[in-house]
Amino acid sequence: MKRNKAILALEDGRLFEGRAFGAEGERFGEVVFNTGMAGYQEVLTDPSYRGQIVVMTYPLIGNYGVNAEDAESRSLWLEGFAVKELCRIPSSWRAEGNLDSYLADHGIIGIEGIDTRAVTRHIRDAGAMRAVISTVDTDAASLVEKARKSPGLVGRDLASQVTCDAPYEMGGGDGLRVVVLDFGVKLSILRSLIRAGCTVIVVPARTPAQEILRLDPDGVLLSNGPGDPAAVTTAVGTVKALLREKIIPVFGICLGHQLLGLAMGIRPPRGESSGEGHRDGTHPHHRPESRLLR
Amino acid sequence: MPRRTDIKKILIIGSGPIVIGQACEFDYSGTQACKALIEEGYEVVLLNSNPATIMTDPEMAHRTYIEPISADVVEKIVAKERPQAVLATLGGQTALNTAVEAAERGIFERYGVEMIGADIRAIRKAEDRDEFRLTMESIGLEVPRSSIAGSMDEAWRVVREIGFPVVIRPSFTLGGAGGALAYNVEEFERYAARGMEESMIGRILIEESVVGWKEFELEVMRDRKDNVVIICSIENVDPMGVHTGDSITVAPAQTLSDREYQYLRNASIAVIRAIGVATGGSNIQFAVHPETGRVVVIEMNPRVSRSSALASKATGFPIAKIAAKLAVGYSLDEIPNDITKKTPASFEPTIDYCVVKIPRFAFEKFPGVDDTLTISMKSVGETMAIGRTFKESLQKALRGLETGLHGFDRALPDDLDDAGIEAMLVRPTAERLFVIHHALSRGMSVAHVAKLTRIDPWFLENIRDIITVERELGEWRGRGPLPQPLMRQAKEYGFSDCRIGALTGMEEGDVRELRSRMGITPVYKLVDTCAAEFEAYTPYFYSTYEEEDETRRGAKKKVMIIGGGPNRIGQGIEFDYCCVHASMALREAGFETIMVNSNPETVSTDYDISDRLYFEPLTLEDVLNIVDKEKPEGVIVQLGGQTPLNLALPLARHGVPILGTPPEAIDRAEDRKLFREMAESLGVRQPESDTARTFEEAAAIVERIGYPVLIRPSYVLGGRAMVVVWNQGDLEGFVREALIVSAQHPILIDKFLEDAIEVDVDAVADGVDVIIGGIMEHIEHAGIHSGDSAMVLPAYTLSSGMIAGISETTRRIALELGVKGLLNIQYAVKGDELYVLEVNPRASRTVPFISKATGLALAKVATRVMIGQSLASQGITCDPAPHYYSVKESVLPFKRFFGSDTLLGPEMKSTGEVMGIDVDLGIAFAKSQIAAGNAVPSGGRVFISVKDYDKGAVAGIAEELVELGFEILSTAGTAQTLISRGIRVTPLPRLDEGRPNIMDYMKNRDVDLLINTPSGPKPRSDEVRIRSTAVTRNIPLVTTMSGAKAMVNAIRALRHRHFEVRALQDIYASGGRVPDLAEARRDTQ
Repeated sequence: MKRNKAILALEDGRLFEGRAFGAEGERFGEVVFNTGMAGYQEVLTDPSYRGQIVVMTYPLIGNYGVNAEDAESRSLWLEGFAVKELCRIPSSWRAEGNLDSYLADHGIIGIEGIDTRAVTRHIRDAGAMRAVISTVDTDAASLVEKARKSPGLVGRDLASQVTCDAPYEMGGGDGLRVVVLDFGVKLSILRSLIRAGCTVIVVPARTPAQEILRLDPDGVLLSNGPGDPAAVTTAVGTVKALLREKIIPVFGICLGHQLLGLAMGIRPPRGESSGEGHRDGTHPHHRPESRLLR
Repeated sequence: MPRRTDIKKILIIGSGPIVIGQACEFDYSGTQACKALIEEGYEVVLLNSNPATIMTDPEMAHRTYIEPISADVVEKIVAKERPQAVLATLGGQTALNTAVEAAERGIFERYGVEMIGADIRAIRKAEDRDEFRLTMESIGLEVPRSSIAGSMDEAWRVVREIGFPVVIRPSFTLGGAGGALAYNVEEFERYAARGMEESMIGRILIEESVVGWKEFELEVMRDRKDNVVIICSIENVDPMGVHTGDSITVAPAQTLSDREYQYLRNASIAVIRAIGVATGGSNIQFAVHPETGRVVVIEMNPRVSRSSALASKATGFPIAKIAAKLAVGYSLDEIPNDITKKTPASFEPTIDYCVVKIPRFAFEKFPGVDDTLTISMKSVGETMAIGRTFKESLQKALRGLETGLHGFDRALPDDLDDAGIEAMLVRPTAERLFVIHHALSRGMSVAHVAKLTRIDPWFLENIRDIITVERELGEWRGRGPLPQPLMRQAKEYGFSDCRIGALTGMEEGDVRELRSRMGITPVYKLVDTCAAEFEAYTPYFYSTYEEEDETRRGAKKKVMIIGGGPNRIGQGIEFDYCCVHASMALREAGFETIMVNSNPETVSTDYDISDRLYFEPLTLEDVLNIVDKEKPEGVIVQLGGQTPLNLALPLARHGVPILGTPPEAIDRAEDRKLFREMAESLGVRQPESDTARTFEEAAAIVERIGYPVLIRPSYVLGGRAMVVVWNQGDLEGFVREALIVSAQHPILIDKFLEDAIEVDVDAVADGVDVIIGGIMEHIEHAGIHSGDSAMVLPAYTLSSGMIAGISETTRRIALELGVKGLLNIQYAVKGDELYVLEVNPRASRTVPFISKATGLALAKVATRVMIGQSLASQGITCDPAPHYYSVKESVLPFKRFFGSDTLLGPEMKSTGEVMGIDVDLGIAFAKSQIAAGNAVPSGGRVFISVKDYDKGAVAGIAEELVELGFEILSTAGTAQTLISRGIRVTPLPRLDEGRPNIMDYMKNRDVDLLINTPSGPKPRSDEVRIRSTAVTRNIPLVTTMSGAKAMVNAIRALRHRHFEVRALQDIYASGGRVPDLAEARRDTQ
């Protein structure tokens, strides 16, 4: 089956030409890479990737198809998806469909057949950058120009696009009550809390501190999420208010962690050390020798 | 935690000879361990019986013991060296079993030696199936339902509970030896009995069969702080039921979602903790039900394994080196990753390519053996390929096998019907991949093939994609040049030029030229442990057809070394040893070295051995591509065995500079006619011989030169299809087989020299001078392949005149041929006459043995010659002359091939070798026998049955055995001979004539040694039964009269002399002089 051409164009003029899959069209985003060898469906459904075009470093993607269970949220959020080789006929006892249709059904543009390692090396050295993925425009100059004019991530509050509309409760064990401030939370985080016996109350990103405290939480989790933390100004205010109360623990993951920092006056660096452009699951982390926490 | 300072000296136990299930991967791991520990400032004591290893090089450890690997020897070394710790987790199952035995005998406790890495409790928990099951259940993991049996009664009770089919696994064996799958009571009876026999502790595990489930392995490492990382996941293409060593495997796992992978990851972490492997690497195997996802744990190896070698080469993460550092106290976060320099070893590797391993088999060497792949490993080697897709890697691996394949080009008979194909799909064999290809090409559905093979449809779909492109290529046959996009796609799918040519009707060279013109050339990408997330500093490359090339130019002069590819019988670790030595010598001389090889088990494919490593198939196309990229000053082809040698002429024709002996000289030595002319001009005698292309020509030659004759194909290594024919009745069959193996080349027919002494010589020549590395006398008479013969250095029966003659002849041949580098010559001595049998202007299998025996590293000397340093300029002016004996003994795989005869002949069958060193020849031989796993009996009963020809010589041997206190058992003919010489004999009936016969004696363990020479080239079936039973029951067996004499000498020597252990460093320091015996005796008291 012959496929349409697709192009990934970077703002610095670098072009990668491949074949289209998923949806047709043109989208902009910051291009980043993910080094997971499995877990593409989790990446696709992770709200943290809102505003980004994700390049998978593992070359063979789609092998085990997609299923309802493995989704990390209610939809797909990223702007584009780039792989070396797409598998159209998946094999797994849990597969409910293939990746091609999954992307098409959710309006996400995919590109396959590009040298994903070259893209990765490029953004490793040059830093994350704006890009455009297109199946409609094949003119290099025009695409690069579009990438340059695209808004990028800086200053954009993307969390408001992916947060929930209304509060909801999950779990119901007799353990701790945790309020999760949803900036694009992954289901697996909620599941971990529930597994630990917690009752989880997920609330929209703009929920004010007083409302959170009215839920009588034992702790507040600032969830992961997409975009520039500095742009999520309301949330920074909320966290400051929560910290002033000093009676409940507040903890954060990814964007949530950065928001916590901002609320305490620490500016998270943009640059290599923050893992800009890098997304992976293999970074080791030191844990203090203390045995108080398990 | 910093390194431990309470330990100063560490004993490392190696894995001994290469056998099926335990190959060069343990030289790779042992070498890394030695280097890592020396780097940390520890004193390293090494025990390994295998001289062909890099780890037994005297620079690799402070004290190197080339001695048999046994608890007895460990005790002697521990008593002498007094190490504080022993590391036994890097020398395979052999090291582990030896350490367990030593620990159980209290040796370590007595001398205050700590087992580091894994202690005896952890090893027991992992290895004892019952303890393992209980441990797994305690952490909530399932194992197949099973029970242990120590007797047949128990076994029957268990199998009635579990129901057929069941798997039978002996406790404590390597490579799954003795493991079998039984579908019915008859098979069960047979396999259960054999399993108990093979288990070190006489027990078997009977287990619910999970045949057909998906099989996965995870490589796991743990440190003293309880950090655990997963290095790599491996998925077996062949499902459960085929030993992982015999399976095609792929890394990383391809058909697991993240959720399933995380389950296995968490399970692996729980397993290594529960088993209690304190530090180091382990391998954990899982079976996953393909329809329900139910996971069971199959087994865990509490040590570095073949799979960890694969995982190391597949990811670039040096598991063995890190394991050694963890064993002395470091934690994963304290050890930097050499490749990225930025990340610590606690950073789990991630890869951005696909790795495929395909095993290599040798069934053609063992006629009559069932070639079905089972849970007992049978492959002798493996090749690994790296590419960006499974399709690319699979096709690269197929040509990397070096079995003449260029891709999926093994044709199956066209007249096979569906039923025939289905039958072949159901039975796993080495050929099954081609059956699958054939079936899918004929239009059989993926679903149907998956049902029959139980291979995951994902792999089959990929093969179907390859077939689609094969079809598209086929459509262009005779229709002008291929379109560029199709050529590009074919190359991206891993098609070789040769295969594209075959499908489109073009010559390989024309395809190469066409695609180069189209701008389709490979790029090289780095193996970097991190999928390009960080910059990599180690230059470890693979080719692919994509956009970006990552090679960098160096400033120094470059030399490329072509390795030996997958291990096979006839070409193994010895050649890898030579290639590694070449790289060392060249780097010392200021060159940049480029290593090309496709064998993941090797030291040569460690990223720090050479300046650049290309993990690529060793075909003309792949090597030329690298030459085009690197433009080396020269290429070395004489060290890697037949593989690079076969490439010498084609490379030279493409203008590639070959270092050392010119390809024309190689050809002159290999080509019979050219060589005969040269020998005649030099006045060197050869057995009468001629070449034939048809049976009729062969018959005419034999008529002329007379029986017996030696028949062999040309251009093969390891004596494939080589045979001695004694009479006309046998001639036709053997000639026809040799003609098939020889393909387009003629077969060689030599007059066979009966009872001649065979001699092997390795030498180095520089065009002016020749150094004789050693003259080795074979123990077995001419007619046994040199790779299977036991050899003694120095020669022990030849006159000094004969030795001088051999040296002189060798020098003349070397100079006449224009050898620059290594040369091996095989001679036969009959009476006072010297005959040249074969001249090989290349590294031979005996180079490492000689180098260890003399202390002169021949391969390094030869490499320096190749880059223009004369022998004189290297200061090498006289031949080494050791004053002690070194015996090389071969190790044979008959035990793995049940039902095959155990005889030695002109076709090589051994997989590995061991070395015995001593001032006394008898002790040196005894050491070699013990090291090879052939016990030397101290007394008891000997069964003697020899062919008529040997009856003259047998009486003397029997007399000596009687004198040594043995009781002689014998059958009719031999008994008569012995009785007539006044020797007391207990006569036994032949197998079909009555009982108790020798089978009863063997089963009751009432016989301690068998001397049994074959009646002819086609032995009688009762002989085969006797011999193969002896092998499977571990009863010492000798099949030649010369071997019997050596055995008698060894028995006598062990009676009268002390078995001393000596470090190579001491032997060399003594200047090769016989160490004072009194002093030697004091050592052990």
